[in-house]
Amino acid sequence: MSARWQRLATGSTTWIILILAGLIVAFSVLEPSSFSTVNNARNLATNAAILLVVSVGMTFVIITAGIDLSVGSVLVFAGVVSAKAMNGMDGDGAGVILVGLVVALAAGLGWGVLNGLLITKARVPSLIVTLGTLGMALGLALIITNGVDIREVPPKLVTGIGVGRAFGEIPWLVLIAVGVAIFFGVLLHATRFGRHTYAIGSNEEAARRAGIAVDRHLIAVYGISGLLSGLAGFLSLARFATTTIGGHATDNLQAIAAVVLGGTSLFGGIGTVLGTVVGVFIPAVLENGFVITGVEAFWRDVAVGAVLIAAVYLDQLRRRTQYRD
Amino acid sequence: MAEPLLEARGIVKSFGRVQALRGASFTVNAGEVVALIGDNGAGKSTMVKTLSGVHAPDDGEILFEGRPVSIPSPVAARELGIETVYQDLALAPDLESSANLFLGREAVRPGLLGKLGFLDKAAMRRRTEEAFTTLGVGVQDPTAAVATLSGGQRQGVAVARAVTWAGKVVFMDEPTAALGVVQTRNVLDLIKRVRESGLAVVLISHNMPEVMEVSDRVEVLRLGERVARFTTADTSMEQLVGAMTGALRNDEAS
Repeated sequence: MSARWQRLATGSTTWIILILAGLIVAFSVLEPSSFSTVNNARNLATNAAILLVVSVGMTFVIITAGIDLSVGSVLVFAGVVSAKAMNGMDGDGAGVILVGLVVALAAGLGWGVLNGLLITKARVPSLIVTLGTLGMALGLALIITNGVDIREVPPKLVTGIGVGRAFGEIPWLVLIAVGVAIFFGVLLHATRFGRHTYAIGSNEEAARRAGIAVDRHLIAVYGISGLLSGLAGFLSLARFATTTIGGHATDNLQAIAAVVLGGTSLFGGIGTVLGTVVGVFIPAVLENGFVITGVEAFWRDVAVGAVLIAAVYLDQLRRRTQYRD
Repeated sequence: MAEPLLEARGIVKSFGRVQALRGASFTVNAGEVVALIGDNGAGKSTMVKTLSGVHAPDDGEILFEGRPVSIPSPVAARELGIETVYQDLALAPDLESSANLFLGREAVRPGLLGKLGFLDKAAMRRRTEEAFTTLGVGVQDPTAAVATLSGGQRQGVAVARAVTWAGKVVFMDEPTAALGVVQTRNVLDLIKRVRESGLAVVLISHNMPEVMEVSDRVEVLRLGERVARFTTADTSMEQLVGAMTGALRNDEAS
């Protein structure tokens, strides 16, 4: 048990949770009447929901020691084809919305699987493959729309999922994001699939020799990242009632920052979904808190950048001090 | 003499224009420790990789319990009961010992959860601790990441994994090459315990005193061929060195 406590005390997830808790306490003390309210918490969580969905997929990819730069473009592409599909149908019913969802998921999954195939079969590094599909997915989205955002989105999608609340209290966007985090968190931490994800990131050759179907597994991991980007595209459509083509250029970097802040190692083999959740909320809380306390919101980027470097430094430090040779 | 457990006959393997094995043979009997020795480049590692399914031979025959087999992959080798402790150990350093012991063969929970792929972490940890106790592997905390263990402990994890799953034979490729005196001692004792458990052990080694101490038989490779076979008890270290350097030959090319 003492070893477990020691790991808890030195684990980067513990520290990052403490940092988030500290930020929340600090802003609550500074602005109790506006920061620590149900309304503000709801706002904050809604703003973070879509990035969280993308970041959960990114967590799997980074644990395999890979990277997925294409998530923002895949998000936009999925939103565009989903909007096209829904606009091509009559009416505004649940059936139309369901088709839109399926199209968005399929589009995201398609790009993800393409990423996985190119990385494993063509042996092109993930950085380059996903940089390529980043350009391709965004370019195709622009071609399909002639560069103009599609603003016709089924109203029921917007009023229902986009701004609607479950039980009158919890925004659907937040509920969906939490569901995604729980489902994929369990997949990562409790199942054979998750164990193989860690093993491949820790030592791909060892995983291969242990009989793990490494290529198939990596294709599935990039497929998950694409699928969740597709879901995020659909949620973005619901929230903003437009395809927001120009609004996702830094989604990939935000997701990578969140995952790394959450203690996932860029070298692979280490990471948690819980850490990623915290890593998504640190920039969100900073931005929200700065706005409320009247600090220039651009300070968020400065603070997040510094915390990011500190997080990677801690990871390096842990490897140097705890790992032998 | 009883039928050999595993026999390689006339194995040829080239990498580009380099012929690593030129008709090499090798024999393993059930329950023995056989040392495979030879100078650098003699083909020891290539032979092991051929028999553990990493390399496919260009020519030659592999017999397992008397019947011809092909070993196209490490998984195929494992299905025959052949496990290998690689020189690089092939461990996932960020994962705990039990995750490494069960790498690719994870135990799942009973019932529906198991069908969904849910791991039985408690059972894997318990069985890992049992294996460590049986083999005398001194790892205090089986939940610690392998990267935090000493070189000897890591070797212990890799050996324990091989022994846990091997039905017939364990290959060990230079298991003591990177170890200190005490840790080397532990690994040699470990090899003896593995033999006591009834498994055959193939020991690839450069270290002649070590070979003399733990092996029952020695086979010598030189320039991609088997040049000599000895019973360790009737052999001197000079004879082994003589065979390795080409001064002595007692096995004709097959």
